[in-house]
Amino acid sequence: MLHIKTPKSGRARRELKKIAPKLVETGKKTLILHGTKTSNVINSVLTEIYHLKKDNAVKYTKRNDNIRPFESGGETSLEFYSLKTDCSLFVFGSHSKKRPDNLVIGRTYDHHIYDLVEVGIENFKSMQSFSYDKRFAPLIGSKPFFAFIGEGFENIEELKHIKEVLLDLFHGQAVTNLNLAGLDRVYVCTAVSSNKVFFTHCALRMKKSGTIVPRMELVEVGPSMDLVIRRHRLADESLRKQSMKTAPELKIRKEKNVSRDVIEGKIGKVYIPDQQVGSVPLPNKSKGLKRERREAKTKGEGKTHVDKKPKQQDS
Amino acid sequence: MAEQSSSSFEVDLGNLMAFNPHFQFSSPPSREELVRESIQQGTQLVQAIADSLFSLTSTEDRDGPIVKLPPPTTRLPREKPLPKPRPPTKWEEFAKKKGIKNYKKDKQVFDEQTGTWKRRYGYDRVNDDNDVPIIEAKMTDEPGQDPFAKRRSEKKQRVEKQEKNRLHNLKDAAKVGALPSHVQLAATALPITGSQAAPKKVSKDELGNVAGMAATATASGGKFDKKLPGEKPPKHDKKYRKFLPVVEGSGMGSLERQQTDKILNKLLSANSHNILDVGKAVNFYNVKKDKKRKSQGKDHGKTSSTSSKLNTKKSPYKKMAKKGGSSSKGKSK
Repeated sequence: MLHIKTPKSGRARRELKKIAPKLVETGKKTLILHGTKTSNVINSVLTEIYHLKKDNAVKYTKRNDNIRPFESGGETSLEFYSLKTDCSLFVFGSHSKKRPDNLVIGRTYDHHIYDLVEVGIENFKSMQSFSYDKRFAPLIGSKPFFAFIGEGFENIEELKHIKEVLLDLFHGQAVTNLNLAGLDRVYVCTAVSSNKVFFTHCALRMKKSGTIVPRMELVEVGPSMDLVIRRHRLADESLRKQSMKTAPELKIRKEKNVSRDVIEGKIGKVYIPDQQVGSVPLPNKSKGLKRERREAKTKGEGKTHVDKKPKQQDS
Repeated sequence: MAEQSSSSFEVDLGNLMAFNPHFQFSSPPSREELVRESIQQGTQLVQAIADSLFSLTSTEDRDGPIVKLPPPTTRLPREKPLPKPRPPTKWEEFAKKKGIKNYKKDKQVFDEQTGTWKRRYGYDRVNDDNDVPIIEAKMTDEPGQDPFAKRRSEKKQRVEKQEKNRLHNLKDAAKVGALPSHVQLAATALPITGSQAAPKKVSKDELGNVAGMAATATASGGKFDKKLPGEKPPKHDKKYRKFLPVVEGSGMGSLERQQTDKILNKLLSANSHNILDVGKAVNFYNVKKDKKRKSQGKDHGKTSSTSSKLNTKKSPYKKMAKKGGSSSKGKSK
C-alpha cells in the first residue's frame, strides 16, 4: 500500500523546493571542514576562503577523523554532510608529515563525489597582511573577474582541472543581468610551473578614462598562496556526460522563416497547401440537406406530418 | 624580463573570465617579480574583459548600468541531475484530447440563492450543499430516500474518486522519476499475515486503557506509583470480589437475601424472553377468548361469555343438555 508524505507547513514545503533539482541551477554552496590535524596555515586558509564566500558557504569547526577523500571508504561522511547541508563543493584541510598544509577541493554530483584536487599550500599571505585603502575592499557576494595566465592551463591536464575547479569554487551565481557598478574583485591565477599555481585575490578600481570603458586598476587585498598540485581525480566519463547535460527546452532554436527587409521590416512567407476541392467537410449543413433528411424520415413513418407548403410566388 | 606575445586572450564573458595562453616567464621569477607580473598581466586581462563588457547594451537602473550577460562558454558540471518532465495527468490527457482549455476564473461568483457575491470555493461558498434548504422531489425519486443524504454520499464518492486519481497520477510520476519535490511516496510495511489491510490506528481511549493495564503490572499493582500530570485514575481500582460480613449489623436488612435477589433478577431479566413472552401470552388468551365467544355466540346467547372457570364442573356421568355445541368446554380445562 502506498503512503504519501507531504510536508504540513508551508515553510517545510518551501525548503524542500529549494533543495529540489532545478532546470537552471543557482549557485553552489561550499562546505569547509578539516581533518584530524591542521596547521596554522591551513586554519587561516580555511577561514579566509570562508570569508571570501560568506553567503554561500558552511564551515564546520570540529575535526573529522574518518574523512579521507581519496580513499574509497573515506568519503561516505563527506557525502552525508553534502546531503545534509545541500553543498556540492567542499574544501577539506589537513596537515600531516607526508602532506603538509594539504587542501582537498572537491565537487559532488547528486551528493556523490564527482572529482577531487589535492593541493599543498605554500607562501601563504593572509588578508590581514595586506595594507590598502579600505574604501576599495570588495564586498561579499560580488561577482568576480578571473584572470588565468600561462600556457600550462591549456596543455597540462592537472592545471586544466584546477582551472575548472577554481572557477567553479569562486564564480558565485550564474547571472544573466549584471550591475556594472558592483564589480570589484579579481582572482588572478598564474601557472608558475607544471604543477604550481600562484593564486591571489585583488580588488578592482575603475578609474575614469576618456571612453565609456573605465581604466582598470588592481590592488592586491586578499589571500595569496602558491598551490602545489599533489593528487587529482578526474570525473568518471559517463558521470561527466550526465552532469554536463542541459535540458532540451533550454536549447536555443534557430528561428525559421524570418527575414528582414529594409523597407517592410520583418517578413515571413506563408505557405498554403494545395486546395482539395470536394474533400473538405462543410462546416454548416445547408438547409436543403436538412430538409431532405427530414422528409426521408417522415416518408418512412408513413406521412404523418403535413409537408411544408412551398412559398407562394408573388408577382 | 618576461616575454609577451600579441594580446589574443580567450575571453569567456558569461563567467567574466579571461585566459592568456601565451604568457611565459623567461627566467624563473623571484617572488616580487612574480607578484608584479601577475598583477600586471591580470590588469591587462581584466581590461580586455571590461572592453567587451562595457560595450554591451546596458539599461540604466538606480544602482548603476545593468547589462545582459551572454551565456558562458566554459561549461561547468551541474550539481544535481536534471529534473525529469512530469508525465501528463489523466485529466490533462483528456483535456488535450477533447480540446478543453483552462480559462481564468473569477474569484467571486454570484450566488443565485442568496443574491450575493460569494467565493468560488472555501468558506461561505457558492452552491454549497449545506445551504440548500429544500430539494424538490422529481418523478424519478423513490419515496423513503433521503435526498440530502444522497447528496452527501455522492459528494463523498466524488472526493474519493479524486483522491484515487491523484494517487494514480503520483504513482505514474514516481515511475518515471518525476515526483514533485514536496511529495514522498513510501510503501508501508505489510503486516505479518500478508494481507493488505492497513494497520489500525490506536485511539486515545484504547491507549489510555492499555496504559492503565500496563501501570498495574507492578508488584504492588500500581498502587504506589507516582501519577503523571495528565494520567487519569485507574478504572477499576477497587476489589473485584465482595465478601459479606460474618456478623450482620442491625438496621442493614438481609444482605444475603439482597445479594441472591440481585443475582436472580439478573438471570431472569437476561433470559426473560425464553421464560415468558407476556405479549404472546396475552394474545394467545385474547384470541382464544374471541374464538370461544364466536362459537358460543352462534349456538346460544350470551351465557358463554363468562369465563369457563366459573362454570361448574360437569360430571361426565350426567347427561349433557347439548351434545354438539359444548365440546369446547372440555378443552378449556
